[in-house]
Amino acid sequence: MTLLHLENVAAHYDQFQALRDISLSVAAGETLAVVGSNGAGKSTLMKVICGALPASAGRVRLNGQDIAGQPAHRLTAQGIAMVPEGRRLFRSLTVEDNLRIGAYAGRKGPWTLERIYQLFPELVKRRDNRGLDLSGGEQQMVAIGRALMSNPQMLLMDEISLGLAPIVVNQIYRALPDIAAEGMGLLIVEQDINRSLSVAARFCCLMEGRVNLTGPCADTDRKALMDAYFGVSA
Amino acid sequence: MPRILILAGLGLVLLSLPLWGSGYQQRSVVEFLYFLSLAMAWNLLAGYAGLVSIGQQAFVGIGAYALVVLAEDLGLNPFLTLPLAAAVAALAALPASWLLFRLQGAYFAVATWVIAEVLRLAANASIDWLGGGRGRAVRSLGGFERGLREDITFYAALALAAVAVAGAVWLLRSCTGLGLMAIRDSEPGAQAVGVETTRTKRRVYLFAAAITGAAGALIYITQINVRPDAAFSVNWAAYVIFIVVIGGIGTIEGPIIGTLIFLALREALSGLEGWSMLIFGAIAIAMMLFAPRGIWGLVTERWNIALFPIRRQMPARFIEKETT
Amino acid sequence: MIVLSTLVSGVLLGGFYALLGLGLSLTFGIMRTVNLAHGDLVVLASFLALAVTQMLGLSPLVSLIVLVPVMFGLGYALQGLVLNRVLKDGMMPAVIITFGLAFVIQNGLLMGFSADRMVLRQGTLETAGVTLLPGLTVGVLPLITLGAVLALMAGLQLLFRYTLIGRAFRATSDDPQIAALMGIDPKHVYALAMGLACAIIAVTGVLMGMRSNFSAFDGPIRLIFAFEVIIIGGMGSLNGVLVGGMILGLSQVIGGALNPSWFQLTGHLATLAVLIVRPSGLFPETIDRS
Ligand SMILES: Nc1ncnc2c1ncn2[C@@H]1O[C@H](COP(=O)(O)OP(=O)(O)OP(=O)(O)O)[C@@H](O)[C@H]1O
Ligand SMILES: [Mg+2]
Repeated sequence: MTLLHLENVAAHYDQFQALRDISLSVAAGETLAVVGSNGAGKSTLMKVICGALPASAGRVRLNGQDIAGQPAHRLTAQGIAMVPEGRRLFRSLTVEDNLRIGAYAGRKGPWTLERIYQLFPELVKRRDNRGLDLSGGEQQMVAIGRALMSNPQMLLMDEISLGLAPIVVNQIYRALPDIAAEGMGLLIVEQDINRSLSVAARFCCLMEGRVNLTGPCADTDRKALMDAYFGVSA
Repeated sequence: MPRILILAGLGLVLLSLPLWGSGYQQRSVVEFLYFLSLAMAWNLLAGYAGLVSIGQQAFVGIGAYALVVLAEDLGLNPFLTLPLAAAVAALAALPASWLLFRLQGAYFAVATWVIAEVLRLAANASIDWLGGGRGRAVRSLGGFERGLREDITFYAALALAAVAVAGAVWLLRSCTGLGLMAIRDSEPGAQAVGVETTRTKRRVYLFAAAITGAAGALIYITQINVRPDAAFSVNWAAYVIFIVVIGGIGTIEGPIIGTLIFLALREALSGLEGWSMLIFGAIAIAMMLFAPRGIWGLVTERWNIALFPIRRQMPARFIEKETT
Repeated sequence: MIVLSTLVSGVLLGGFYALLGLGLSLTFGIMRTVNLAHGDLVVLASFLALAVTQMLGLSPLVSLIVLVPVMFGLGYALQGLVLNRVLKDGMMPAVIITFGLAFVIQNGLLMGFSADRMVLRQGTLETAGVTLLPGLTVGVLPLITLGAVLALMAGLQLLFRYTLIGRAFRATSDDPQIAALMGIDPKHVYALAMGLACAIIAVTGVLMGMRSNFSAFDGPIRLIFAFEVIIIGGMGSLNGVLVGGMILGLSQVIGGALNPSWFQLTGHLATLAVLIVRPSGLFPETIDRS
């Protein structure tokens, strides 16, 4: 069943059009990898889905309902969560309070403080530290945990491996199947294509605000993908 | 060039006003001109440099007391004190800027007010020299025959307003103006491309202080008695903010329109002491909510005109047609 | 003995100033903007208390039962209906709107009540005193005020630290965009914060109205004192407010003891001195960061 469905979506920053004519869909339990070079519009796409930036055209549907134009704080209550680029923990809150505030919208579901600590055991001893006293990897775990605490149906993750050591990235990526197993839709953006294709079922490549290639991850034509990524016209 | 013609015609009418106008008209125009100068200065600060001051009355007061001290204690011709009052105000603005520029945004605003308040209290406390709360009068103005005094006042006001407007236009067209626009758009961005943000802002702050100081001296040439509570009154800031907000922040034309509206409204509401300030406050709030670019902003939205073009045209080769 | 009683009265005066600074500090801490009508809202609260005491025959302290919710609603509406509309345009619109509001309140009070100086009377409480040492008597009202400040500060600490809505306040203050992703409506939080500040302003207005008489145009000087308290105490720091109030009170009282016309001046100079030496205040951002 389609969980999230975008239809001819466009978005603008003032005059500048950052997204045009985007159509894509994610099913419950499915992971979609969004790839594209710097400035392709990946983060903008996520902002539109979570309501941080209103779409200037097109439809965004969650479970068939049009949610375009609703503010971010309402969409959280309807089950959309995001791990933002750069983690952006609340600097005045402790780790545990950062996680708790994730549950502000009050959605019921499998994710609780205990489950998050099971998923990322290293956070237990850091629970009373301020977010910014943590290492980058630990901060990223808090950011993911914070998003999970809202028990979303659809989870968006923007460059979760940015600036982290490969070993830490591996550790975080090992947690992703556990997360996906709960049946939520996942939308993953990464610079490192191999990384995101390894956990996703399908990919979607953006170039200058447009989708220029989509397909299943399993048997992709690497050359076609590379061409799409770098904008070499076939 | 119709714009040049309009400006030249307007200039001619103003210059010849003492020949044909009544004393009342002449005094009204003087009032228009000094409010315009004050508004121009505040507009440069808030509209272009992002420095929202509510303490410009500090420089009105400094200018007024410069007039008193220079004319009464040093025996200078009161009208010659105008440029000196500007210099004194700019000089005083320098240490003030060291302090104020450590503060951001709204804190800057209140701190400018605290400084004005300190000066008001200090002038009140200086009983022997500045006459304390009762202030001092510029007696040497009595040495002028009344008609002559009013004519000189008129031309001095005209010169001040011309300097304020021309100075603002010149400042905005210069490198400083470019830097200011960059700062207004994004201060970190401006720094990144090498705009010396603090120095640029300080230059504007000193210029605004000089204009305000000279206006302060001029105002008290027309009023003769300088009292600290009036000269350092926060009402100066209120009037000026009202003028610029209603006319249009960040434009050269806005303060001109705003001053006209302000004087007309004040005339219409005269006699309703409390009501007039209440209405000014309410209008300022409504403008910020519903027409933040002021009346001039509404005009330019509809018709594409400018009396004082300061915006640079982008060379055509940089304007690329969007391709599909 | 004179020295001691001067110091004590400075500290007690500081309690009033701390209370005055508390509401302003709260709005700055959460919204990063200064409400220029703060002082006028305090005076408005004093006048409202006067009206309530006269109409309902309540004493000023009891009138808080009515006043606190009314001022809370007023603050919520001010932020929710007016200031939230200009949030995205930087700080200038909020500064100008609250400056305009200051003039509306002042002249509205002038027209509604007259220019006379008023005072709130709570039996003989204002003049009651406790003698601590022979020759050193302390007023009951300043002690109540000091107690009120401490209680309000403790209450805010508990709110921010241990409640969900308190955490939402801090999260919104840190990063409103990300807070929205948590399901928090930043505009609602801002309106609540302004409501809370105005509820504190209600308490301030009543206690200050009992301490000394007030008139429609006392708002600006109260704003300046409140501002000085948070400059000295450190911007956005709730705990700094107490020390900021004490330092301001002490410097005014000491200055006034040296020369009566220096009373306010020395307070202003102390503030400017702090600005020169430690521009971020003595306690930069402590509480809501803890
Ligand atoms: N707040 C903004 N205001 C104006 N333009 C923006 C803004 N944010 C992004 N853009 C522009 O929109 C385009 C898409 O940006 P976006 O951040 O979505 O790219 P991205 O694919 O996430 O890139 P990256 O890989 O660097 O994160 C870029 O050209 C960028 O310059
Ligand atoms: Mg991005």
